[in-house]
Amino acid sequence: MLSTTASRFLRQTGVTAQRFYASSAGANTLLFVEHKDGVISNATLNALTAAKQLGGSVTALVAGDAPEAVAKSIADYQGVSKVLTATDATYGKNLAEDVTSLLLAVQNKYNFTHIIGGHTAVGKNVFPRAAALLDVAPISDITAVQSEDTFVRPIYAGNAIATVKSNDAVKFVTVRGTAFEAAQSGGNADATVEAAPEAEKVGTTQWVGEEIQKSDRPDLGSASRVISGGRGMKNGENFQLLYAMADKMNAAVGASRAAVDAGFVDNSLQVGQTGKIVAPELYIAVGISGAIQHLAGMKDSKTIVAINKDADAPIFQVADYGLVEDLFKAVPEITEKL
Amino acid sequence: MSNPLRIFVPVKRVIDFAVKVRVNPAKTDVDRSVKHSMNPFDEIAVEEAVRIKEKNKATEVVAISCGSAKAQETLRTALAMGADSAVHVEVKDDATLQPLAVAKLLKAYADKQEKKPDLFILGKQAIDDDANQTGQMLAGLLNWSQTTFASKVEIEGESLKVTREIDGGLETLQTKMPAIITTDLRLNEPRYASLPNIMKAKKKPLTKITPEDLGVDISPRIETLKVEEPAKRQGGRTVENVDELLDKLKNEAKVL
Repeated sequence: MLSTTASRFLRQTGVTAQRFYASSAGANTLLFVEHKDGVISNATLNALTAAKQLGGSVTALVAGDAPEAVAKSIADYQGVSKVLTATDATYGKNLAEDVTSLLLAVQNKYNFTHIIGGHTAVGKNVFPRAAALLDVAPISDITAVQSEDTFVRPIYAGNAIATVKSNDAVKFVTVRGTAFEAAQSGGNADATVEAAPEAEKVGTTQWVGEEIQKSDRPDLGSASRVISGGRGMKNGENFQLLYAMADKMNAAVGASRAAVDAGFVDNSLQVGQTGKIVAPELYIAVGISGAIQHLAGMKDSKTIVAINKDADAPIFQVADYGLVEDLFKAVPEITEKL
Repeated sequence: MSNPLRIFVPVKRVIDFAVKVRVNPAKTDVDRSVKHSMNPFDEIAVEEAVRIKEKNKATEVVAISCGSAKAQETLRTALAMGADSAVHVEVKDDATLQPLAVAKLLKAYADKQEKKPDLFILGKQAIDDDANQTGQMLAGLLNWSQTTFASKVEIEGESLKVTREIDGGLETLQTKMPAIITTDLRLNEPRYASLPNIMKAKKKPLTKITPEDLGVDISPRIETLKVEEPAKRQGGRTVENVDELLDKLKNEAKVL
């Protein structure tokens, strides 16, 4: 069963099968599917790509209050051989205690070699808890798969890159979304859907409410263009200048920690070591000096532009194009000329 | 909930956040002979514990650090910020101590206590290994509730209401003690220790124990095969004006 899955995978991926490792028929991976409002998260689709690089089979776990529709859509992705569904209201809220209980029940029944998911607020919250209960050391925020047990991950805010090997029987891995292409849907007719084993409902934590920032702009984590503002924006109202430019470019808007701490924008827009990691085609840093912690979140962007009136700002050392000018003059001019 | 309320705050000594780290010549680790200080998220954890104590005098705050002998400096900082006592779990080599081992040490220490802790407050991640795991692992091992990435903590009796930073916004959870909290940047602004408090901290109790005392195997589970410098970017080109910038983005980088 495993070997047929593997050979089918090889045929489908064609030339990219170079990245498929010889010993990989043994990998039997569980993909934790994160979803909201019926939509699979981008991070999950990036993690699926990483999962496929492990070789072997990929089983997707969809938990939620009504997982059927999401289960159907993940089943359509190539490389997914089976989908497990778990239905309960608590799963819709991704409460760590209950999702952990589910992961352990699933693991006990199926004995996966790898459990993989996005390095998102949900993945970070759940994976280490579940791993500890299996006495396994998880590996966070991987940027490359070298083999079934060897992974690459940034440390020290991305100022060093570690290659690490897990000697545990089960590998719990969370994936940096920007380091892997999103898997494409379509063309998979082989995945079967079945119910996950029942898990004990822990129920020790209650979900009270949430405040989600609504925006018509692209999602910061996956946008192909990002414009970020820093302390140099001076106040929240001035971010309108960036929104106007972002709308012309179809870009997402981000911010440095200084801008978030000063209350200019919501903290879910923070780009950096402790905020979002982005790697768009184009990153425009406006009024951002370029502290180590900010660079950690954006230095893998394809093209970086810096607009800053301080010619000595560290951001210029990583910028492909630097414009030394007052942002209050440059940004409206760019918006007008686009 | 015990009376007094007992809060354990694990703190880690890390390379200072402002230091630009360098990979060592052997490519096995980074150069550690640089300035160290308390992990910034742990300062926020200590601050939160001390603020809880300031609201409710009958609170005991215990700072714990697992690490080499120099971890005691970090513990003294926590004491100077307002922790009542400190525990040093001494290990030989900081570089080999991993989150799973730390979580096990903390669990073993909590289990040995006659007066059990009600809360563990940890930083959400250490800025050296960037793992973001220890709090969650400890919660799992203790079988306690976890509220991670906290930006607001409200305590009423045994009940705990925590606002968390999630992707796209905030979420509020309610749970009961005993529980684990991990701190996000926005939770509070840590205080500076005053000179008198630094002096007083020298007299506060600091207990030293070893992983053997706790019966915990701390051998690393993840092997670091190599550590490298990240790829360098070819930055540093400036343009004269907006027109040149737009031209380059359209015709050279082809991103507009």
